[in-house]
Amino acid sequence: MKHFNPRAAWAIYVREVMRAMRTAMQSLLAPVLTTSLYFIVFGAAIGGRMESVGTVNYGAFIVPGLLLLTLLSESTSNASFGIYMPRFTGTIYELLSAPVGVAETLAGFVGAAVTKSLILAAIILLTATLFVDYQIKHPFLAIGYIMLVASAFSLFGFILGIWADNFEKLSIVPMLFLMPLTFLGGTFYSIDMLPGVWRSVALVNPIVYLVNGLRWTFYGTSDVNIWLSFGITMGFLTACIAVIAYIFKTGWRLRT
Amino acid sequence: MSEPILEIENLTKVYAGGFKALDCVDLQIAKGEIFALLGPNGAGKTTLIGAVCGLVRPTSGTIRAFGEDLSQNWRGARARIGLVPQELATDMFEPVNRAVSFSRGLFGRPSDPGRVEEILKSLSLWDKRDEQIRKLSGGMKRRVLIAKALAHDPELLFLDEPTAGVDVELRRDMWKQIDQLRDQGVTVILTTHYIEEAEEMADRVGIIRDGKLLMVDDKSAMMARLGRTEAHITLANPLSELPASIARFPVHLDGGGRNLCYRGGDGTGLGKREVADLTKALTGAGIDYIGIEITESTLEDIFVDLVEDRP
Repeated sequence: MKHFNPRAAWAIYVREVMRAMRTAMQSLLAPVLTTSLYFIVFGAAIGGRMESVGTVNYGAFIVPGLLLLTLLSESTSNASFGIYMPRFTGTIYELLSAPVGVAETLAGFVGAAVTKSLILAAIILLTATLFVDYQIKHPFLAIGYIMLVASAFSLFGFILGIWADNFEKLSIVPMLFLMPLTFLGGTFYSIDMLPGVWRSVALVNPIVYLVNGLRWTFYGTSDVNIWLSFGITMGFLTACIAVIAYIFKTGWRLRT
Repeated sequence: MSEPILEIENLTKVYAGGFKALDCVDLQIAKGEIFALLGPNGAGKTTLIGAVCGLVRPTSGTIRAFGEDLSQNWRGARARIGLVPQELATDMFEPVNRAVSFSRGLFGRPSDPGRVEEILKSLSLWDKRDEQIRKLSGGMKRRVLIAKALAHDPELLFLDEPTAGVDVELRRDMWKQIDQLRDQGVTVILTTHYIEEAEEMADRVGIIRDGKLLMVDDKSAMMARLGRTEAHITLANPLSELPASIARFPVHLDGGGRNLCYRGGDGTGLGKREVADLTKALTGAGIDYIGIEITESTLEDIFVDLVEDRP
């Protein structure tokens, strides 16, 4: 065996997906319930009394942002836990001693995290139809963009899971960085609603570009240039792959 | 030595803090042999195994397995190597059967429920196949680790203290298992604290201390070279000095001249023969004795002498 080991990638993928099924309450039901509450409060209750944003009614306007909010946090935490737990329990020895390189590891761990995120996204979008009326203008682009974002943040989560040396570090990044940036990234509002200075400040937040990219695939409108959104997402994904390749090359935090 | 399956040359590992865990280690392992690596805690046994298995990045030196340089063709070699770690590291929530099948896939082998069944049966785990690993006893968990390491039918198997913390019965079972692996042509390298284990199973023994391999030899050659017989002969009447016919043996007087102590031989029976000659010489010299106690040194004595720098 000199090249890619597909059986290993598949074995890791299946085990990780099964792990999610074992913890379905935590992996699927909890985020769906949280997002549903957002839809009820902001979409149905408050949204019904709000003006439309552009041509999109407020309840529908927040769907892509809320979807992204869940995608970012779940992709990150699924992938980070996926690789952190073997490090924590010591079972990583098996992965490191196997004929498995960066490609198989990512295909397995990140592939499983992306799969979970896509299942989650589908459930959230179906749940959203119960509370708000929305339509997706570019459904295939939306699926592609969701996959891209889920992949990028699963890769980011993978890095987080290798960097973290305790459970606190594992949860601190999603809680203290991702969540606030997503809330401030135009999930519940168009950044055009912000006064001049704050609009400029908001444009520094990379999540703004992700939210608007997804919103464009839903409604064909965006606060920022769609190509810039796509470029930033691809750039983030590429940077994560480069960091992971470096980690495997040097063995940082994996091999002593 | 027959065809080497593993060749380690000048292997050194210095950890980030400056601790030198391995110091220019050279070692060759022949195909099909059982090799026991003995050494006190912190001697470098686990680091050596880790370096071969990809858990530790060597500072310098080369490792070739199956004729391939591990720094180049690591995939091919790792697919043929199995590792049973010292720690009971398992995915606690996985059922036994699935954990073992996972290991097989991870090492690039196609799914084979029949082979997994064989392995589980050989380790008395078949009845526990659907149990979550966390529900098993410590000994059973150790068996699961062995089953996982065997799942891809490795040709070279590392067992890092396989019987640490397991009861005597299980230890004997594992020895049988290792014997079976030997019959199947699997090369086994094991580290152990139990000298009895090395004596029982190993063809060759290596003794490591402070990251240096002090000695590597056939177990029987090592016993022959460093083994000793000790005899304590209680004399009927104390002696102040030894007659020439007795002094030619490696003996000395102890206990106020009442005990005659012999220390000699080579671990292959020479010592016992000399003690018999000594008793005849005592009778010939008219020296009466009332008791004889003979002990043969074990591999453990040799090991202790070596690691404690005794002469």
